[in-house]
Amino acid sequence: MSAPAPHATRPAGNEDMSSTVRAFEAYGDGDWDDIAREAIGEERIVVNMGPQHPSTHGVLRLMLEIDGETVTEARAGIGYLHTGIEKNMEYRTWTQGTTFCTRMDYVAPLFQEAAYCLAVEKLLGITDDIPERASVIRVLMMELNRISSHLVCLGTGGNEMGATTVMTVGFTAREEILRLFEAVTGLRMNHAYIRPGGVAVDTPEGFTTQAREALTKVRGYLKQLTDLMLANPIFKARLTDVGVLNLSGCMALAITGPVLRSTGLPYDVRKDNPYCGYETYDFDVPTAKGADCYDRVVLRVEECYQSLRIVEQALKRLDHTEGEPVMVADKKIAWPAQLAVGGDGQGNSLEHIKKIMGTSMEALIHHFKLVTEGFRVPVGQAWQTVEHPRGELGVHVVSDGGTRPYRAHFRDPSFNNLQGVSVMCEGGQVADVVVAVASLDPVLGGVDR
Amino acid sequence: MSDVTPGGDQGSALTPPAGAATFEVVEVKKGMFGAHGSGDTSGYGGLVTPVAMPAASARPYGSWFDQVVDVLSEVLTDGGVAPDQAIEKVVVDLHGAASADAQQAELTITVAREHLVAVCQALRDDQDLRFELSLGVSGVHYPHDAGRELHAVYHLASITHSRRLRLEVATSDDDPHIPSTTSVYPSNDWHERETYDFFGIVFDGHPALTRIEMPDDWVGHPQRKDYPLGGIPVEYKGATVPPPDTRRSY
Repeated sequence: MSAPAPHATRPAGNEDMSSTVRAFEAYGDGDWDDIAREAIGEERIVVNMGPQHPSTHGVLRLMLEIDGETVTEARAGIGYLHTGIEKNMEYRTWTQGTTFCTRMDYVAPLFQEAAYCLAVEKLLGITDDIPERASVIRVLMMELNRISSHLVCLGTGGNEMGATTVMTVGFTAREEILRLFEAVTGLRMNHAYIRPGGVAVDTPEGFTTQAREALTKVRGYLKQLTDLMLANPIFKARLTDVGVLNLSGCMALAITGPVLRSTGLPYDVRKDNPYCGYETYDFDVPTAKGADCYDRVVLRVEECYQSLRIVEQALKRLDHTEGEPVMVADKKIAWPAQLAVGGDGQGNSLEHIKKIMGTSMEALIHHFKLVTEGFRVPVGQAWQTVEHPRGELGVHVVSDGGTRPYRAHFRDPSFNNLQGVSVMCEGGQVADVVVAVASLDPVLGGVDR
Repeated sequence: MSDVTPGGDQGSALTPPAGAATFEVVEVKKGMFGAHGSGDTSGYGGLVTPVAMPAASARPYGSWFDQVVDVLSEVLTDGGVAPDQAIEKVVVDLHGAASADAQQAELTITVAREHLVAVCQALRDDQDLRFELSLGVSGVHYPHDAGRELHAVYHLASITHSRRLRLEVATSDDDPHIPSTTSVYPSNDWHERETYDFFGIVFDGHPALTRIEMPDDWVGHPQRKDYPLGGIPVEYKGATVPPPDTRRSY
């Protein structure tokens, strides 16, 4: 080795800058110390809530200025879970991109996959060539994921207020959906299941029966949750008129999803700018008038029921399209889509291996090129949004004509919605901060990416 | 920025997307595999491939695109801004669709940075435009687009008219300043901080332009193309897997 390779923590060619950089320390006379000292002798204190606080949904840091029990100023600090996923995607093939973006918002992974793949398909110009069955499976998986994500939101939100039963019921119900995910994708999270051109593999045999049985149970758990929460006087006292953010506030801060719909505006990307054939499904967009945390809980429960409606329609369509392809016909894009778990535990398509290894040298070369090199995507940029459980998720992909994304940017709804923390919390009680943040339902994996 | 006619003397095998007449070169690729110094004997080492973004589309753009560009020009003229100076070019990406009426067709308006705020204001407030929702800022770094290396990309949505469009603003590495749009779209606050953090684009007039994802004392802007990904070789079953940024690229 000649010159040492540049390390990621410093830009190349700027080695001498490290000596001039100001150091920050976690103890002693840091800048935080000054802020805390300033407030000595007053009622007003500045408190760091998080990044390790159990109610911050991961590693959200809230900086609160408190006067007695009243929050006078609230700021959110993020970045503790930044892992450079967008940068990493620029060094992998377009197909490998799904493996990365699924890890962003890990509570709703299938939405990132779907939005990313739809954007790549736009660039490839194959939007209209996606097989019907692939779109149905995508819709089915996304709606199941919406229910499981809302269940986590409701469950953890209840837990943060001390209602442990809400959490246990929520997570038990989510478990049913995770089992379905495991049956289809092999994994409970980080699926990398939706791929540019379709989905990785068709649903297993007997899946629709299994799904219908699971959904009956989910419906039962949802009923339990509704009974536990919505008429509970303590629950209502804690949530009603807390964390209010009206329509103009939401529009100014571009807050979408259940928070926006709790102000009465029925804005839903599935209706406004449909994708994956959502215009052919029958469902409603529930709204509320109160614009407070209670209404957002009601909306999330109602959205779960609407998602169940869509899932039932999708299951019916799955039955009708049995045996149809789940990947585009273009072999220059489509990875071998029929995978099976082999004797070695690997998920290869044995039939495909038999063909490329035994009968066709050209097929072997093609397979090798497609998997290692990837496919080329025409030069240009594309933007795709989908209705994520937390709001509008946007994906901006740029291609330079190569086999890797030139740039992939995700407009994560949690990232944007966290801007609302200060307006929702200031003037309220400290205990209301927990409720208000829970009603935004941020997932820090998506916020920081 | 230089324009190249497809099939011209550059010998490019690229074909422009439908509706685009010329290219805007943003990058030049050399060789076949992106790897250098390895004694490439394939004969492709001398290959030079210009990479070019679709250039301005010709009228009519199709669908509602013409109307939006016309109304925007009108509103800008009323506000004392010459539309020719504010709007640098208009690109319609059909993304494989037969016409601009298809769901996947996209409208991109490239705006001169000094008129960005006026354009945003017009797009948000005029009743025929009403792009009320800004869906954030995305940066792109094109180190080969001389004088226009840094691009800020804004995606706007109109709930009133169910429309979406993209604004693109370019600036140079030497003068990485773009006016902040937070006065029109307060939601762009964090998004501009993110773009500053990752690309070093300075948004003038932003209320508190600080880093958001990286630590405050971080040096460099990680999403720029000259910033290394980093990584170490990994040994797996006796073989060594090189870090991703030193692998072949195509």
